[in-house]
Amino acid sequence: MQYELIIAGFGGQGVLSMGKILAYSGLMEGKEITWFPSYGPEQRGGTANVTVILSDERISSPVLNEYDIAVILNQPSLEKFEKAVKPGGILIYDPYGITRKPTRKDIRVFEIDAMNTANREGNVKAFNMIVLGGVLKLAPMVSMENVMAGLKKSLPERHHKLLPMNEQAILRGMELIKEIE
Amino acid sequence: MNMQEIISPENVVYQKPRLMNDHPMHYCPGCSHGVVHKLIAEVIDEMGLAEQTIGIAPVGCAVFAYNYLDIDWIEAAHGRAPAIATAVKRLNPGKMVFTYQGDGDLAAIGTAETIHACNRGENVVIVFINNAIYGMTGGQMAPTTLDGMKTATCPYGRNVSLNGYPLKISDLLAQLEGTCLITREAVHTAAAIRRGKKALRKAFENAMAGKGSSVVEFVSTCASGWKMTPEQANQWMVENMFPLYPLGTLKDK
Amino acid sequence: MANEIKLLKGNEAIAHAAIRYGADGYFGYPITPQSEIMETLMEEQPWETTGMVVLQAESEVAAINMVYGGAACGKRVMTSSSSPGISLKQEGISYMAGAELPGLIVNVMRGGPGLGTIQPSQADYFQTVKGGGHGDYRLITLAPASVQEMADHVALGFDLSFKYNNPAMILTDGVIGQMMEKVVLPEQRPRRTEDDIRREQPWAALGKPASRKPNVITSLELDSAIMEQNNIRFQAKYKTIEASEVRYETFKCADADYLIVAFGSAARISQKVVELARKQGIKAGLFRPITLWPFPTKALNACKEKVKGILVVELNAGQMVEDVKLAVECKVPVAYYGRLGGIVPTPQEVLEALLSLQV
Repeated sequence: MQYELIIAGFGGQGVLSMGKILAYSGLMEGKEITWFPSYGPEQRGGTANVTVILSDERISSPVLNEYDIAVILNQPSLEKFEKAVKPGGILIYDPYGITRKPTRKDIRVFEIDAMNTANREGNVKAFNMIVLGGVLKLAPMVSMENVMAGLKKSLPERHHKLLPMNEQAILRGMELIKEIE
Repeated sequence: MNMQEIISPENVVYQKPRLMNDHPMHYCPGCSHGVVHKLIAEVIDEMGLAEQTIGIAPVGCAVFAYNYLDIDWIEAAHGRAPAIATAVKRLNPGKMVFTYQGDGDLAAIGTAETIHACNRGENVVIVFINNAIYGMTGGQMAPTTLDGMKTATCPYGRNVSLNGYPLKISDLLAQLEGTCLITREAVHTAAAIRRGKKALRKAFENAMAGKGSSVVEFVSTCASGWKMTPEQANQWMVENMFPLYPLGTLKDK
Repeated sequence: MANEIKLLKGNEAIAHAAIRYGADGYFGYPITPQSEIMETLMEEQPWETTGMVVLQAESEVAAINMVYGGAACGKRVMTSSSSPGISLKQEGISYMAGAELPGLIVNVMRGGPGLGTIQPSQADYFQTVKGGGHGDYRLITLAPASVQEMADHVALGFDLSFKYNNPAMILTDGVIGQMMEKVVLPEQRPRRTEDDIRREQPWAALGKPASRKPNVITSLELDSAIMEQNNIRFQAKYKTIEASEVRYETFKCADADYLIVAFGSAARISQKVVELARKQGIKAGLFRPITLWPFPTKALNACKEKVKGILVVELNAGQMVEDVKLAVECKVPVAYYGRLGGIVPTPQEVLEALLSLQV
């Protein structure tokens, strides 16, 4: 089994850390993992993306041109990565700030209203965890137990009090995600 | 009294320092290097540091300093001696580490290494030979060359509007928090030599006590580069170098 | 601490591996994309545990000379930088080669020339394996292709450099440096004592006991006749290294009609290309040099009768391809595919280049 994901959005949306939590979850699950970020000035407010690969076998290229799953959090990322989803693959997007919706018919498209929900429920910091919940609902790459263990490992100890809030956000994301026909 | 009796140990009034070997020196007659080498050899021996001292040799006339003093040496790239000394001392905090550098090495190509080692307060000694000229490469202009002074690369005399001003690097180093002793010495008279040795001793003690960086500048002659006899060179140094580079302690804390 | 599995960036793995190897010192200057190496060391504070010295130098020039100084007293010391900073270190590397000093240098390459870009590149291949600094010298060069190898090559690089009293370089790039993978860190080894060093590196400048002559670390020798002898000695050493220390890895090469030769991140991409090509029924294989110097010339030469074509994939304008052509003595067509200036090729575009090799 191998999952090849791209997570893309604005810097500051928690794109890299969401990928990191997924990677740590894979570590807890005993999988091979590669986490490869775009790096440099774009981290500071421009676009940011991270490729995450989870596999049962040795991983070859950290650099990919097509993905099983694309998680899209802004319009420029949609323009760039909609075409990079493998036929039959999954595209997940947050409608917040999306002006032109995905058009491909040969992939499955899902919407997750994470930013609005996070704002409404006063939980903006857990925005990326809501999105992660949606991703995990569709692609159960790792068990919830290992997600929580991964989250714990990737967070500094002083933030461990935030673990229940993050778990709630992941569960909320699982409820929110819906397929667009 | 035959000769053997005369040179018996109890009659010795002066001898070559124990750490100086018999390797013939390549320095020109009248050069200050030999005297400063001797003082360093005496201080190391008198402090009982011969087995714990690592010297860093420069690029310049003193590049072969390692041939004359029987201690361990590291030959540096041009100007990099303070960086090397930094690592040697930090990796071996109990050792005595000193650099021996000329004006081009210390105050031109190695200015950054000099300033930053001193600013970090590395517990090393920098022995600085300032003769206002590049001796080894044939008498070119140094950062410390005096205004109007002739060298191979300023044959009509240093022109400050073209070449900038003579660099008083010791004054600059005295401003740094990391330095504990900055002193300017010379070896042209017996009294100056005695004073210079005292300064070196203090610098070496500072390094072993972990007090920070010590710089002992020796305003020096280069009879060959200056195209003078040794005697003229000493005279010229007193009359022309000392007004710009006055002897004395710039900092002692 | 024993054999701990961690999720680390390649750069972080180098820092952890250095501490656990029992390295004595690290001297560096920040530059993207490798600053995590020194940042991790400063965070770990190994001076409190193993006694390893970590110092941010005033420049890359100072840092490499600190390595020269540390190596001159027989210590296991290292530095790291990225391409523009490595250019500044060339003087010190040449001096280390000339004084026969061991030490480890890490180059996390970025696109050049000049200030260039901060994105991944392999454009410093020539600089590393053909010289870089002045004089007839060689630099042992390791090319990790995973975070695990980033950690492993710290030990290998130090071991080889101390075995041959020659500097060694880990030549990697922003892909391997910035990506996170699982890594098994080795057990903590103790740092060597001064007695260990005096025994194992009797040439080290650590202070002269009465029992021996002064140790002088220098690359200077004004007598050309002696300098020639020194050079002959260096060359003999390089021949020994070439004969004994070649390392490479093959992937599906046994029955391959087409071979991709690539190192580091380009090899990772090419491995995927081999998988994709095989799905299309093309028998492709990957030959990955792990030591770039010494180059696996013999092993590649042995492939020349068996394959129909070779594609060299590099993140540069075609540098290693010259060594591949020399290795196969132009007996088999050798093509090159690469991207420049920090652009990393995708598996798809490399696959297309491979397909175009077919007659």
